[in-house]
Amino acid sequence: MHAIEKILAKAAGKAAVTTGEIVNCKVDMAGINDLYLQTLRSFFEMGGKKVHDPNKIVVFLDHYAPASTIMQADNQKQFREFCWEQGIDLLMDVDQGVCHQVMVDKGLVYPGQVLVITDSHTTIHGAFGAFGTGVGATDLAIIMVTGQLWFRIPEIIRIHLEGTLPQGVYAKDIILKVIGALGADYGVYRGVEFTGPVLKQLSVSERMALCNMTTELGAKTAYIQPDEITLQFLQGKVQHEYEIFTTDPGYQYAAEHTFDVTGMTPQIAAPHSVDNVAPVARYAGIPVNQAFLGTCTGGRAEDLAIAAKILQGKKINPRTRFIVVPASKAVLLEAMANGTMKTLVEAGATFVTPGCAACLGTHEGMLAAGETCITASSRNFPGRMGSPKAEIYLGSPAAVAAAALTGKIVDPTEYLKQG
Amino acid sequence: MQQILKGKAFVYGANIDTDQIYPGRFLDLTDPDQVGKHAMEGADPNFVKEVQPGDLIVASTNFGCGSSREHAAVTLKAAGVGAILADSYGRIFYRNAINLGVPLLVCPGIGQKVKRGDSLSLDMTTGTVTNLSSGETMQAQPLSEYVMNILASGGIKPLIKQQYGQG
Repeated sequence: MHAIEKILAKAAGKAAVTTGEIVNCKVDMAGINDLYLQTLRSFFEMGGKKVHDPNKIVVFLDHYAPASTIMQADNQKQFREFCWEQGIDLLMDVDQGVCHQVMVDKGLVYPGQVLVITDSHTTIHGAFGAFGTGVGATDLAIIMVTGQLWFRIPEIIRIHLEGTLPQGVYAKDIILKVIGALGADYGVYRGVEFTGPVLKQLSVSERMALCNMTTELGAKTAYIQPDEITLQFLQGKVQHEYEIFTTDPGYQYAAEHTFDVTGMTPQIAAPHSVDNVAPVARYAGIPVNQAFLGTCTGGRAEDLAIAAKILQGKKINPRTRFIVVPASKAVLLEAMANGTMKTLVEAGATFVTPGCAACLGTHEGMLAAGETCITASSRNFPGRMGSPKAEIYLGSPAAVAAAALTGKIVDPTEYLKQG
Repeated sequence: MQQILKGKAFVYGANIDTDQIYPGRFLDLTDPDQVGKHAMEGADPNFVKEVQPGDLIVASTNFGCGSSREHAAVTLKAAGVGAILADSYGRIFYRNAINLGVPLLVCPGIGQKVKRGDSLSLDMTTGTVTNLSSGETMQAQPLSEYVMNILASGGIKPLIKQQYGQG
């Protein structure tokens, strides 16, 4: 069996599972986002009165942090009151940040965990050897009532990463290259495991970016076998006991793909699809009105530090806005402590509250018709960040910072060499 | 659940994501009637003006990819969509639609065989799709017993309520 299958088998109370089998699994942690008041509605519609286990539910007020409309405020108010009534202590209010980063910062994610959140990018937690998957409101409400949810045991695809990552090329570039090669629906219903020597060159933050974006392949979940880099990161952070599962030798993957990152250049996904990917040179020179750095994909402390390296002692282009959203409060505190925030603000960055911000087109950096944005986030769908007539390009945090500096899409590697 | 569904087709291409089905700026709405007013707004602003109860959505690959928003399934249900036929679906959208009792079937190649406005007939028992406008028939993949049970119960909520409802 694959490690993912072993995690699901254990959660289902079974010795073994097979691909395609439908199993009912106990869920270790279920997370709800403030966008989805429907979760509470579905809970009550299904006859729910008290949640199955209040210690296995976490509520995140992250997508609307803080509320910009009366309706958003009312939705958040209902979530808070629900948590107080139900004894749910894990209420992450508007100061905390994006659900996925908060989970990691608070030590709530661990290897072997079954983690379900009402957010599609829950695949990110494969970076820790957890089974993370996104669901809708009613599925989450079923967990609130029963403590369990059904899953189909997915086929697993292996993506083997060979070679040496060049300077200025990041996990975001790798995953964009993979998505461009395989297509936005390649991973639908499937799990994606990353293997290979490149993983040893990637920090936990970078591994999170890699797993996060498997959602844009359509994947159900992602997986990286926990190693010394994982364990060192988790040490002292995670209190919960955990078990590390390993894949049996000879396990047959549904498909295997090898990518050699040696000599790779920064990648860009152009409007309006995440698999519309080409090397940055193809789009070099396109003027950008907004550069957006943040989110669960590209808003960690390392990402902000890369931007600060590019912008140290410089000013952004006067015709470009540079929106920076730390993924979480912990990221913001780190950026304050190490001077990153000061560097970026002095360069002309607009800092907004840790959270999802303009990534989902509701507030804090919306785009007008005819505007162009480059973003370190995950999606360039039409209308994703505001007007459907805006153009969104996806790139690495370095590509975003270099665009903020120059006012256009450029290869960031040359700006990392200077200084 | 009706065995034979008939309606007019609204045809879309590949990778119609949940932002196109239901734009993010309306996610704070919770009342299904209100949510239904913005169905397909990001891909087709005329959809809500033209759709009639029982009409069908036809699409190419990966319909409903993107976010987990159940609003995308709620909005189509509230707008009166009778069923969805596509080459493939985003997995969270697929679960959400089934949970709400909206039939959606995998029907390879249908995006190329149906034009907007064609009248379609779908036999839920056999998965046979007939284009009444062209006379052509197509075969959708039958739904699993697990899924049919959810649809026959009018969605998953009545099932869970019956089994686990706390009175």
